[in-house]
Amino acid sequence: MSDIRYSEDHEWIILDGDVGTIGISDYAQGALGDVVFVEMPEIGASLDKGAEVGVIESVKAASEIYTPVSGEIVAVNEAVDGDPSLVNTDPLGEGWLFKIKLSKPEELNGLSNQDAYNKFLEGLD
Amino acid sequence: MRYLPLTDHDRQDMLASIGASSIDDLFVDVPEGLLQSGPLDLPRHQSEMAVERAMEALAKQNRSAGEGPFFLGAGGYRHHIPATVKHLISRGEFLTAYTPYQPEISQGTLQVLFEFQSQVVRLTGMEVANASMYDGSTACAEAVLMARRISKKKKVIVSGGLHPQYADVIRTMTRFTDDDVNFQAPTPHIDDDALIAVLDDQTSCVVVQNPDVFGNVRDLTSLAEAAHAVGALLIATVTEIVSLGAIRSPGEMGADIVVGEGQSIGNALSFGGPYLGLFATRLRYVRQMPGRLCGETVDSDGKRGFVLTLSTREQHIRREKATSNICTNSGLCALAFSIHLSLLGEKGLRQMAHINHMRAVQLVDALGQIEGVEVLNDTFFNEVTIRVPGDARELVNRLAELGILAGVSGGRLFDSLTDMADLIILAATETTTDEDIHALASALREALS
Amino acid sequence: MMNRQGRPSQPSDATTAPISATWTGHRALDLNEPLLFEQDRPGVTGVDFEPVSEGKTRLGGLERDEKIGLPGLTESQVVRHYTRLSRKNYAIDMGIFPLGSCTMKHNPRLNEAVAAMPGFADIHPLQPMASVQGALGVMEQLSHWLKTLTGMPGVSLSPKAGAQGELCGLMTIRAALEARGDARVRVLVPESAHGTNPATAAQCGYKVDSIPANDEGRVDIEALAEKLGDDVAAIMLTNPNTCGLFERDIIEIAAMTHAAGAFFYCDGANFNAIVGKVRPGDLGIDAMHINLHKTFSTPHGGGGPGSGPVVFSEALVPFAPSPFIAREGDTLRLVEDCADGAVGRMAAFHGQMGMYVRALTYMLSHGSDGLAQVAEDAVLNANYVLEGLKDVMSPSFEGPCMHEALFDDRFLKDTGVTTLDFSKALIDEGFHPMTMYFPLVVQGAMLIEPTETESKESLDEFIGALRHLATMASAGTSNSFAAAPQYSPVTRLDETQAARSPVLSYQVPDQDAAE
Repeated sequence: MSDIRYSEDHEWIILDGDVGTIGISDYAQGALGDVVFVEMPEIGASLDKGAEVGVIESVKAASEIYTPVSGEIVAVNEAVDGDPSLVNTDPLGEGWLFKIKLSKPEELNGLSNQDAYNKFLEGLD
Repeated sequence: MRYLPLTDHDRQDMLASIGASSIDDLFVDVPEGLLQSGPLDLPRHQSEMAVERAMEALAKQNRSAGEGPFFLGAGGYRHHIPATVKHLISRGEFLTAYTPYQPEISQGTLQVLFEFQSQVVRLTGMEVANASMYDGSTACAEAVLMARRISKKKKVIVSGGLHPQYADVIRTMTRFTDDDVNFQAPTPHIDDDALIAVLDDQTSCVVVQNPDVFGNVRDLTSLAEAAHAVGALLIATVTEIVSLGAIRSPGEMGADIVVGEGQSIGNALSFGGPYLGLFATRLRYVRQMPGRLCGETVDSDGKRGFVLTLSTREQHIRREKATSNICTNSGLCALAFSIHLSLLGEKGLRQMAHINHMRAVQLVDALGQIEGVEVLNDTFFNEVTIRVPGDARELVNRLAELGILAGVSGGRLFDSLTDMADLIILAATETTTDEDIHALASALREALS
Repeated sequence: MMNRQGRPSQPSDATTAPISATWTGHRALDLNEPLLFEQDRPGVTGVDFEPVSEGKTRLGGLERDEKIGLPGLTESQVVRHYTRLSRKNYAIDMGIFPLGSCTMKHNPRLNEAVAAMPGFADIHPLQPMASVQGALGVMEQLSHWLKTLTGMPGVSLSPKAGAQGELCGLMTIRAALEARGDARVRVLVPESAHGTNPATAAQCGYKVDSIPANDEGRVDIEALAEKLGDDVAAIMLTNPNTCGLFERDIIEIAAMTHAAGAFFYCDGANFNAIVGKVRPGDLGIDAMHINLHKTFSTPHGGGGPGSGPVVFSEALVPFAPSPFIAREGDTLRLVEDCADGAVGRMAAFHGQMGMYVRALTYMLSHGSDGLAQVAEDAVLNANYVLEGLKDVMSPSFEGPCMHEALFDDRFLKDTGVTTLDFSKALIDEGFHPMTMYFPLVVQGAMLIEPTETESKESLDEFIGALRHLATMASAGTSNSFAAAPQYSPVTRLDETQAARSPVLSYQVPDQDAAE
């Protein structure tokens, strides 16, 4: 798998050129429970790192999604719109949420790699 | 005391098992000197008989609708409620049940809510309805806030035919937002052209009432088209829900959100509350809709059941990002509405509405013959506005002293607006008799001569 | 901070012992009941009307020609329908309803009889005031009771429910601040607060900031001091708080808040713990809503209607919403117009008169001596439950509680049983479960409020059942918990399906699909 990075808000990002694909981690989908709806960002929106871009809803909880990097939204996953369960069954694959064209690629350095994220999860208990 | 089951013996036993020497030990965190040492300065407890007498004495000081000719409307209507309704809602399993948070033991409440939502959808001609709000006026204000969330625009246009107290609630609920609310001046004449003239692409929504507070009935279609052309939503308000048994629904005419007051079906006048807010909209807006929602599903044996759903819109999950802060709805009033409407059915509602309209036609015929009285409506369902010589409020009070509750005066409803001061709004329903109309007409004729 | 405690919303795979099916699908007194729409008899109605003389219609050609789609039933069908449905509900009339923060006390029937008197039920809000002096008298007396019980000088009766009361209180505060030219932007709300608190603050245009709790479940005073500033409009506290604990530092909290130029809003949902024993006005509050459907016994009706009058301090009275009652000698008057700068009207007409009548009836029944006894018995009952369970369940905080006891899911650790499973097993034991997963400050919360109207025998049975379930959970029988409830009219429902594929009103079945 190409270099996956994680934020402390349990989002992952995988880069392809200057476009990053973003979703939520397996841990996050488990904590949320069955996903019923995802409020996606608008295509074309320009956002700073840490900005709220949408909301993931399960039956009994709602969690904001923050973008781990700054940039412009270039795509959202229509498949998830039709079938939100993809976020639970394949959070790192078919359950991706949106794609962003990075304006500051150096921000990736501040995110955790898989090992660091795994350690972070252990610390959460 | 009849509502307190613990005996002094129980109390002693329980304190002993807790290891407390007196009940005040359990109030240990109350700041020094602030725990009351004796009862506050209010009457002591009384027997059921004594309380009944005291409350009866207060009730007797009120002139109730059935005591004589009664023509008040303007947002609260006197209809006959079948005895079955009151008996069924007083069943303890309905009266003393709670919000159905544990659906397995609340299928009674939940199926009622699902049926209620389905009835409201059909009445209003819309696609989805919530499980009720406090009343028509707060439902109307919530619709304005919802339109803002959908359109992301700030300009609101409010028709001069909207009930002025509903307009006041919109004023209050938008006081601390940056909505730009344009209230058209109240007028007893249909003002839809004036509304269309102020519509522009900054408009979030137009709020209109049909039949309006003066009783006028109009076609909302061209207003809906004009609103949609500039990306605005049409919010239609119905204060007399029985009217939907006779006139075209707001949904059919193009409304995006329909709000209403359900009191007329199943619920007593009750001096203005508790009432029943109805709220319906298009499916595509459902995630922006406030209030509880009941949905159909299945249990682990595949059996059909109902649950509260789409709860992430609500305060208990979304907290500061909720669509509304509403928690409690008007559950028992919604049940009464639903029972009455299931007794009526398609045929009965249409019949009831027809009788209401015919009684209003008779009222208008009688009023039209009185020297000095001018009926202002071309169209109406069960409510009309008349112009009288002199101060209408004073006239209404004089007639009240004669035992006739003649309607709502412009002065009472519109405060200091001088061009409303000679108007009276009157409603007739299936409870109105020939004698009532005759008595009103005679008294009016007498008073104006 | 949003509610992040997601939990399973689909039935598990745990199977139950099959019960043999009946031909009807009914099970003795548990009768299945289809929807009204599935029992339609076109042309049938359950209401008869007198004939009316016909005349020319004046509907402007807007007759409703299209079918509305309402089903037709006879009176007996309707009675059967709702009677059967009622029997699928748990209710206070059946047994203990231990929902924390809801105060599910007995609903006296005298209240209902009084509310049904024609002099209260059949009066119109806009009748001439001379013809409704009794109604205004009820409002005047209720106002007096509420002000005296709380020790506050002013009251607004009009809010339609607690949440609307909170909005009324916060809007009045905002109006007062703006009048003194000191508009502020933040409202401080504890993490343990009921969801209506931050929702209300946001609806009032404020930014919500959280106040953490300390290890004793109460407001962390140091953290509060840091959060207070001259941009804070108000704090919103519940006292006793949602953990069932009295805020012992409340005098200091009030003083700090006032020193910062802010107002103290109190959520009165838990007033049942202190009614007649403590006056919130003595604690330094500026505004408080009271849930008549909690403390003052008006019925919950399956979710409403409620009523949420708000008491006010002297500083806030001029900004409170209309209408309110004024006395001129022997006559009472409703003042409907709005003073300059005041909040204005929150709803049409004059509030929940039907609830005022019930609440006043209740107050007259108990009297000031009875109401103090209510608080004492409510607190005693909750502590008795806490004492009876603390060795087998995990109380979240040390020491006595007030009218409700908070537990968390530590006692279920490593059992495979969740708070949800535990609660569903309680249903099979014949009880409505306690409040689950609220407040959010502990994991897997279970909040138990018995109220004063439970007898010692009722509490003993409830405690016994919980002790039994706690023992079963530790014994490793998580499978039977996952299958619960088994004896209710329906078993666990698929809430995921309900949210992913919403069916929110009756859909006429496709004729083609029948083939």
